[in-house]
Amino acid sequence: MSRKIRVLIAKPGLDGHDRGAKVIARALRDAGMEVIYTGIRQTPEQIANAAIQEGVDIVGLSSLSGAHMSLFPKVVQLLKEKGAEDIVVFGGGIIPVDDIPLLKKAGISEIFLPGTSTEEIIRYIQETIKIT
Amino acid sequence: MSKNIREELERWEKTTLQKVISKAPERQPSFQTTSHIELKRLYTPLDISELNYCTDLGFPGEYPFTRGVQPTMYRGRLWTMRQYAGFATAEETNKRYKFLLEQGQTGLSVAFDLPTQIGYDSDHPLAEGEVGKVGVAIDTLKDMEILFDGIPLDKVSTSMTINSTAAILLAMYIAVAEKQGVKSEVLQGTIQNDILKEYAARGTYIFPPLESMRIVTDIFAFCKDHVPRWNTISISGYHMREAGCTAVQEVAFTLADGIAYVEAAIRAGLDVDSFASRLAFFFCCHNNFIEEIAKFRAARRLWARIMKERFKAKRDESCMLRFHTQTAGCTLTAQQPDNNIVRVAFQALAAVLGGTQSLHTNSRDEAYALPTEDSVRIALRTQQIIAYESGVAEMIDPLGGSYAIEALTNEIEKKAMEYIEKIDAMGGAIKAIESGYIQGEIAESAYQYQKEIETKKRIIVGLNQFQIEEEPLRDILKIDPEIERYQKEKLARVKKERDNHKVKQSLAALKRAAQGTDNLVPPILEAVKAYATLGEISDTLREVFGEYRER
Repeated sequence: MSRKIRVLIAKPGLDGHDRGAKVIARALRDAGMEVIYTGIRQTPEQIANAAIQEGVDIVGLSSLSGAHMSLFPKVVQLLKEKGAEDIVVFGGGIIPVDDIPLLKKAGISEIFLPGTSTEEIIRYIQETIKIT
Repeated sequence: MSKNIREELERWEKTTLQKVISKAPERQPSFQTTSHIELKRLYTPLDISELNYCTDLGFPGEYPFTRGVQPTMYRGRLWTMRQYAGFATAEETNKRYKFLLEQGQTGLSVAFDLPTQIGYDSDHPLAEGEVGKVGVAIDTLKDMEILFDGIPLDKVSTSMTINSTAAILLAMYIAVAEKQGVKSEVLQGTIQNDILKEYAARGTYIFPPLESMRIVTDIFAFCKDHVPRWNTISISGYHMREAGCTAVQEVAFTLADGIAYVEAAIRAGLDVDSFASRLAFFFCCHNNFIEEIAKFRAARRLWARIMKERFKAKRDESCMLRFHTQTAGCTLTAQQPDNNIVRVAFQALAAVLGGTQSLHTNSRDEAYALPTEDSVRIALRTQQIIAYESGVAEMIDPLGGSYAIEALTNEIEKKAMEYIEKIDAMGGAIKAIESGYIQGEIAESAYQYQKEIETKKRIIVGLNQFQIEEEPLRDILKIDPEIERYQKEKLARVKKERDNHKVKQSLAALKRAAQGTDNLVPPILEAVKAYATLGEISDTLREVFGEYRER
């Protein structure tokens, strides 16, 4: 039997809105993934370290405060610096559509906007992370 | 009489109703509110046969305030139309306030950015990317002077959504007023100052619960003597509801927090009737129109009973639940954003029918960003249309006596009380939060709600039914990232120009007060007047109190 997909759901920055992060963490768990939720107010450094220590396959970042442009790319960059660029990083929250191409250019694999179903995110992770 | 109704009801069910139902079943096997209250097909006098008009409903402005807190309600004065606003810098936000006042808004409501709410200056490393984003950045008294420039503080009332740094912002407000020649005794407004719900849902805590509660009760004590017309706390269900809890849970958790504050203030030596009338509340208004109206009425009656029976309050004013309402942000959809105007209108109407004292209506584009000026105007116009055109403001509690409304009011009060008893058994709201119980209940409800949407058990128009192909909204408010640099420069300038010796002295005095038991507000006021920064004051308290870490 293959191992389970390991996911880190993280809240970077000072934003305390974690309804979405918690709902997604639980939905991924119900879909059979191993999920670690960091809690709120994490720095990009803390998130990158947790991702490496926990040996996750993928990191989901949630932000509703508008600080995504400075925080999301930093997580990707730190993972790269620490030799963990194979960990996929996706994001979600209140993110203006015009920011999406910039975030993707900075290495964020996908951005999910309000109204996305948890099923869609589960499908995305299952298609992106192939466990061997 | 009631025997006849019962017989007639049974006859109707067996004949007229049965004839239709046997051919065409109802749309669903059962209908429930968001709080899982099973709704009857039809409410009749039988459902409220136990209701005693004089003791359960009474008259407006009198205990138990079920029908409203003022004797004339909106016939006397309309609710305060108060749009929560703040972004970027004090300069920008001051312009928005003047715009809102010109458009007929009747009170101000300040949104602060996250660094300000969590006690970091704009130049703190953790503030990076957050400055001016969800509200206005305030580092020193200088910013506060700019924020209220040209706005007479003896004429407007101001609500400030501020919690762990509430004492600092209140002190700045008092200091600005003083510069305008306005005495603190005449100032009117509200600070949110509800730290318990920050641990439960909103997340802008700094200090551990006990130290935070000391600051809260110090504010109560200070305002009682110096800012007597100020609402010293706004005990908030809004954020717990936004985080996913149900209407019943919102009432229960909010009033449980309220009980904890009253207990803390009594423990700090205050007489219940000396501060209770300055407690205010803040609720959400969600989609279920009838349930929400009943919720407000139930909350009012339940709080009155708690104050009188549990805390032995003697004055009627101490038992009065006065509240602000905001329409539910979590019901706004990014899909077909104009639909949000309609959602907000219904929610606002429910808040008015529920007897709110002030109201914020959300804007159509808030699933995308902070609202544009055009969007916020429509939101304000929605309130004005309810106030001036709909006719509902012309009589008091017009839905009072409705079988359904009264039955639901009873049901919500009963269910919320069951929750409160459970929380009491755990040792109160602080214990229930520390153990994660309240957070767990909220998360569970949020997950169920999401599942109901995804399985289409709950229909959200434009989201999971009646969808269209559409382009996402692009005409949204954008915060210029340059403002972070501008704000940092302004802060550096203030630090250079102020009397740094005086700042050091005032912070040392604050530290001594924090280590002892003196009220913290006077030394904070001194520090603020010396242009000590919000971050410096918070750090001084961090050194003494330590910081809270989420479990």
